[in-house]
Amino acid sequence: MRESRSFKVVRAVGLTFLTLFTIVPLYVMVTSALKPLGDVQNEFHWIPTTVTFRPFIDMWSTIPLATYFTNSVVVSVCATVLSVAIAIFASYAISRYRFPGRQAFRMTVLSTQMFPGILFLLPLYLIYVNIGQLTGFALNGSRTGLVITYLTFSLPFSIWMLVGYFETIPQGLDEAAKVDGAGPLRTLLSIIVPAAKPGIVAVGIYSFMTAWGETLFASVMTNDSSKTLAIGLREYSTQISVYWNQVMAASLVVSIPVVVGFLLLQRFLVQGLTAGAVK
Amino acid sequence: MTATEPAVRDGRRASGSDTKDRGNRRVARSRALPYLLLAPAILFELLVHVIPMLTGIGISFLKLNQFYLRHWLDAPFAGLDNYRYAVDFHGSIGVSLLKSFGVTIAFTIVVVALSWFLGMFGATLLQRSFRGRAVLRTLFLVPYALPVYAAVIIWKFMLSRDNGMVNHLLAQLHLSDGNTFWLLGNNAFVSIVVVAVWRLWPFALLTLMAGMQSLPGDIYEAAAVDGAGMWQQFRKLTMPMLRGVNQVLILVLFLWTFNDFNVPYTLFSESVPPSADLISIHVYQSSFLTWNFGLGSAMSVLLLLFLMVVTGLYLLVTSRRRGRRA
Repeated sequence: MRESRSFKVVRAVGLTFLTLFTIVPLYVMVTSALKPLGDVQNEFHWIPTTVTFRPFIDMWSTIPLATYFTNSVVVSVCATVLSVAIAIFASYAISRYRFPGRQAFRMTVLSTQMFPGILFLLPLYLIYVNIGQLTGFALNGSRTGLVITYLTFSLPFSIWMLVGYFETIPQGLDEAAKVDGAGPLRTLLSIIVPAAKPGIVAVGIYSFMTAWGETLFASVMTNDSSKTLAIGLREYSTQISVYWNQVMAASLVVSIPVVVGFLLLQRFLVQGLTAGAVK
Repeated sequence: MTATEPAVRDGRRASGSDTKDRGNRRVARSRALPYLLLAPAILFELLVHVIPMLTGIGISFLKLNQFYLRHWLDAPFAGLDNYRYAVDFHGSIGVSLLKSFGVTIAFTIVVVALSWFLGMFGATLLQRSFRGRAVLRTLFLVPYALPVYAAVIIWKFMLSRDNGMVNHLLAQLHLSDGNTFWLLGNNAFVSIVVVAVWRLWPFALLTLMAGMQSLPGDIYEAAAVDGAGMWQQFRKLTMPMLRGVNQVLILVLFLWTFNDFNVPYTLFSESVPPSADLISIHVYQSSFLTWNFGLGSAMSVLLLLFLMVVTGLYLLVTSRRRGRRA
């Protein structure tokens, strides 16, 4: 296809601008994480005077980073596993059965996405405190409470995406399994789930990212022993004198798993987005 | 499914009078099955979203302050008092809520416009293949993939006055003396806008690139043969065909930006400057600093009503326009 010279110039300039805008903060994060403390306390320099890996070691002892890390891993993994399992069952029902309330369920779940988190933060906090007082089962301040909260955050998008995915799997496969005597559950687990694996992985990574990055509810529902990275790192960066090299090192370490996951997932995510938006 | 069908199939294994009985049971089970499959999803949605939301609406009519927090069900009924405080623009609570609302509107308009524009610009530049395109596409998505708090913390460091990159760069380029406070006063508004756009525009890019991929390429070739330039192709072909994608994208960007809590919460320590006092953090701080949950809930309900009205109008207007053009 013919491309005019002016388009090529605009493209070169535009992409250079976007690249710099994107890459400079990432560059600052990575290089600062490799700087000695003196370099980040005084005026900024583009190049580290010496390269050191000390921040990556020291960050574990300056704050209880390992505790935050464990909390975030436990909460995010549990929320992801539960959310994906629940979404698989719900999506199977929606894509394979016609029943009263089907459309209503879909719309209700989607519309919860619109609500400002702050609206249900206050009452949820009170409800968790009350459940704790009544049953002795502490939801507020515990990782369990966070798991229950987070699993519902990714549920709407997961169901939306998986319904789209399941609908691309031909019904003939289900019929064949039925003829062979498989019940609905067997059909789901042995036919649908393997065929929808890419979609399920994508939904899983999405759920994990949602839980890993959540701040609002964690800021209210955690205490010193259940604090997640989102809250721990914020505190780390608001102390009177901040060890910025360590904070940058910690930010880098907590970002790598989700960035890698997201970049692997982007192709499936795009499919899910367009499937929903174009329809 | 009819009642006889499974009974006939079951006939292989069962015989005589209990064939029909089993068949009926099986039909009943298959009617209940979709609901059983949905049950866990419904249960958790009820617990975390629906019940709290209804409770929140209920709380907004209670005089629920720190004295009643431990046994909030005993809090006295307040009628519309909380709402009256929230919209009393002669009182300090109402005035600060109104200011926060104004800041949030300005923030939302600027961030959505910039994110959409950069996303559209980037997607158009990346539409045709060239060397390095895949690398750039992946690179541009990284800010969106970072955990929000990590992205904001990087900027917090870059924007700090004495040892930050931004002041250093501006001084190097002779654009300022390099002593600007970026996280105080009116500059704080600029800072939250830049941070929010930095991590949001890749989402617009991702969505628009996906939308463009599904556009038929031969139309562009036909247009080029007819002598349409790049700009005309963009205006007459790309934009109309992306209308559906844009409708959803702009709504999602609007809702996310308007409800943004993470950027101001992580960027500032205890006190958020008035110019960056977005509505979510305003409600949050006025609820948890004073423990007046009744008032906080009333503000949240007003926020929800506003979002519902705007979303409804938006969908009405954009869908009608789409319908007329089609």
